[in-house]
Amino acid sequence: MTGHVHSHHAQGQRGPRCLEVFARFSEYLDGELDEMDCRLIEEHIKDCAPCVEFLRSLRRSIEAAHAYSAQVEPAQPPPELESRLKQAWQEALRRRKSA
Amino acid sequence: MESIQHRVFQYTWLMCGQREDAEEVAQETLLRVFENFDQLQDPARVRAWVFRIAKNFCLMKHRRSVFAPEREVSLDELLPGTEDVARSSQLEDRSEMPEQRLLRAELNAQLERAIRGLPETYRSVVLLRDVEGLSTAETAEILDLSQDVVKQRLHRGRLALRKSLASYLGGNGEVKQK
Repeated sequence: MTGHVHSHHAQGQRGPRCLEVFARFSEYLDGELDEMDCRLIEEHIKDCAPCVEFLRSLRRSIEAAHAYSAQVEPAQPPPELESRLKQAWQEALRRRKSA
Repeated sequence: MESIQHRVFQYTWLMCGQREDAEEVAQETLLRVFENFDQLQDPARVRAWVFRIAKNFCLMKHRRSVFAPEREVSLDELLPGTEDVARSSQLEDRSEMPEQRLLRAELNAQLERAIRGLPETYRSVVLLRDVEGLSTAETAEILDLSQDVVKQRLHRGRLALRKSLASYLGGNGEVKQK
């Protein structure tokens, strides 16, 4: 299998095995695969540097999304709405405490 | 209160794209959340409840606004060629450069563009799972989808994000001039 996959890589393409594991990389990174499926992926990537590299870059972009924090703050709502929001929040806290 | 405001605005900001729309939807969401807080039976599910309300307001705004058109992304479009691998490996190096804060801000800006560029079906899943950190089950509940569909959309959305972030870097790892 390894030789077959590598001959595809040499042409800038992926072999059938790569395509198969590629479809499951997210589940693999999320720990959502069962042991057998995990083992199949790990067996494959052991001999497939492009898949390892791809998996690594996928993980980095997921980590970037996890770490994302909006750099902009919402504008102050109009005074009437702001006062309504604060009142609703205080009321929610009060009801929660008395429940 | 500030924390929930920030989370809700961040979600609506990335979902709506337009700042005014995002602010309006966030305010409507917060008002609905606060006014109905006593209807929340299980406090452990507060995030799912809040984002479900936010999602519904986003959808209502969607019907009245211009959003990115729906588009299916095929896996073939997202599968890299081997020439992509060297460039994508530089994504890892970026976080280790000394100007980390500046690069983080740039990466955030790039992420915003990439997330907004996703078809809405993928964007909503990526936002809840990867930005807000909700589970597959919570995301499925919020979006009224099966868990399998959430997983499939998440994967495609992530692949598209990865591709956008990889192309953000030039051949030598420097930020491309816009």
